[in-house]
Amino acid sequence: MEKQLDPKTIIDRYRLMLRIRFHEEAIKVLFTRGMIGGTTHLYIGQEAIAAGVVTQLRKDDFISSTHRGHGHMLAKGGELKPMLAEILGRSDGYCKGKGGSMHIASITLGNLGANGIVSGGLPIAVGSGISAKMRGTDQITVVSFGDGAANEGNTHESMNLASLWKLPVLFLFENNHYAVSTETSTSMAGNMEKRASGYDLPFVKVDGNDLEAVHFAAHDAIDYVRSGKGPFVMQGDTYRIEGHYYGDAMVYRSSSEVDEWRKKDPIMRVENLLVERGIMTEPEYKMVRAEIQQEVDEAVAFAEASPQPAVESIFEDVYSEWQS
Amino acid sequence: MSERILTYRQAVAEAMAEEMARDERVFLMGEDVGKHGGAFAASKGLFDEFGPGRVKNTPISESIIVGAGVGAALTGMRPIVEIMYIDFIGMALDAVVNQAAKVKYMFGGHARVPLTIRTAFGAGRGNAAQHSQSLETWLTLIPGLLVVMPSTPYDAKGLLKSAIRNDNPVVVIENKLLYGESGNVPEDDYLVPIGKAAIRREGGDVTVIATSRMSKFAESAAEKLAAEGIQVELIDPRTLKPFDMETVSKSIAKTHRVVVVNEGHNTGGFSNEISSKIMDSCFFDLDGPVVRVAAEDVPIPYNSVLENEVIPAEKDILAAVHKIMER
Repeated sequence: MEKQLDPKTIIDRYRLMLRIRFHEEAIKVLFTRGMIGGTTHLYIGQEAIAAGVVTQLRKDDFISSTHRGHGHMLAKGGELKPMLAEILGRSDGYCKGKGGSMHIASITLGNLGANGIVSGGLPIAVGSGISAKMRGTDQITVVSFGDGAANEGNTHESMNLASLWKLPVLFLFENNHYAVSTETSTSMAGNMEKRASGYDLPFVKVDGNDLEAVHFAAHDAIDYVRSGKGPFVMQGDTYRIEGHYYGDAMVYRSSSEVDEWRKKDPIMRVENLLVERGIMTEPEYKMVRAEIQQEVDEAVAFAEASPQPAVESIFEDVYSEWQS
Repeated sequence: MSERILTYRQAVAEAMAEEMARDERVFLMGEDVGKHGGAFAASKGLFDEFGPGRVKNTPISESIIVGAGVGAALTGMRPIVEIMYIDFIGMALDAVVNQAAKVKYMFGGHARVPLTIRTAFGAGRGNAAQHSQSLETWLTLIPGLLVVMPSTPYDAKGLLKSAIRNDNPVVVIENKLLYGESGNVPEDDYLVPIGKAAIRREGGDVTVIATSRMSKFAESAAEKLAAEGIQVELIDPRTLKPFDMETVSKSIAKTHRVVVVNEGHNTGGFSNEISSKIMDSCFFDLDGPVVRVAAEDVPIPYNSVLENEVIPAEKDILAAVHKIMER
């Protein structure tokens, strides 16, 4: 019999995945209402990866995330209210309204930042690994990156150096099959397994929409990295159900392709599992859904009520103070 | 303070050694900074003193040298990273501009990036177009960065120590042809403040503002001009960002004439920024237009005759001062 997660953990992860999904769904509504500036990149369809990997980190571990980073932050302990307040650009947001959707970070929660530059988070994670090693701790850093970032020089420089210096970094490759409009097969020569092997890095690939598969692969990868053996590359294959940004017309892919992936929805799969294993009935998990929806609704109300940042704050936090 | 003569490169190495001894969070990372002691021998001796754990020789991967510096700085360390030639910073510019400079502001203040980026610039060595540039305005453009350009061994040590102790990303732009210059470097644990210009020479006729190696040319020009009876007040800004406008304004209020010398290109070089600041705050103190001395708008050529024609020289400073004094 395959390894199974205990019921309590499944329920915890399920709640987190719902929190991520409903958070993203709420953003769609807010975006349509014209309340969100710029663009916003939704994590819908990829929830099992953040929920399966990041939740296994300690509070003092670090993550380095991407422009599609809401899920990672919620999985690292981010709260809905300051998340949504930030996405609305309000003063109660994680970044006091100066970062927005693409730059949510909390050093105290161990999130070194979502990153608007594709592959920008990898060198930062390597630096965090250097830091942990030099400080003599067993903290690890998980850096998430997609199939777009896979082809940036940063990714290669990062894997090379992390491998050479045996740094405590887990490279989490979330292949969601599209870099904006460009499908992975037309952007990525070879594959991540071969690339990892080229840098002498251990590698594992899982179905990224299968919470348990992600969990157990990540568990072993995290153990390996924390034990001081060096970095590890983990690939989760998943699918970006929404466009690159919300509102993307998605002319580059067929609706039947999206429909096929909807059948593999990671949340639906957890719900099936809950019922199959007798952990929850459908009415029971629907109550959980309603409860999480209410949490999100309250957070939206909080965010909408949060004050706009003071205009004077424009000049705050450009620099840390120093004595001359 | 005791008098002691060191070269500029020794002063740089000593600053790093002192700060590494003082604070275990400080470490150096870059290409060939280890046993080799750096491309310009500015980290000579550090590897033997502190070992490979704190003097980290990296692959030729500029992007990760700076990017990993940001990550280490965010998580409790105080890295010094070296980009061998400023010309190579293009390979690392995302980490400098979009990461190091931005995260504090972008994250609403709850991050600190105590990162020192050391690099070397400048023409005059026959290094040709890809190893000779003055790219400081690429960096002064960016809010969130501090930018210093020491011209003496004393300042090279004192500014670098200030940079390492500063909680912001500081770009320390050293000059390749100044590494061998000697000067007084006291043994005391002194700092040179970031954001404070130095008046190298006092005079009442004309203010000359010259950065880095150009201040050396300006000094020798000022000697010759003094013999002609023209008294130059020579200001070395030392820090480009934040720029010490107070020192400059006071001088212009006295001299009413100003020449700005910078090795960057005529278009977009830092002399333009200084001129603009003077127009903003000193216009009514001026007897005539600011005169700029800058490099021609061409890539730096290899041939030394051509190269020396392209970058400012003492004769150009003399000509600029003569021009302004004739008005």
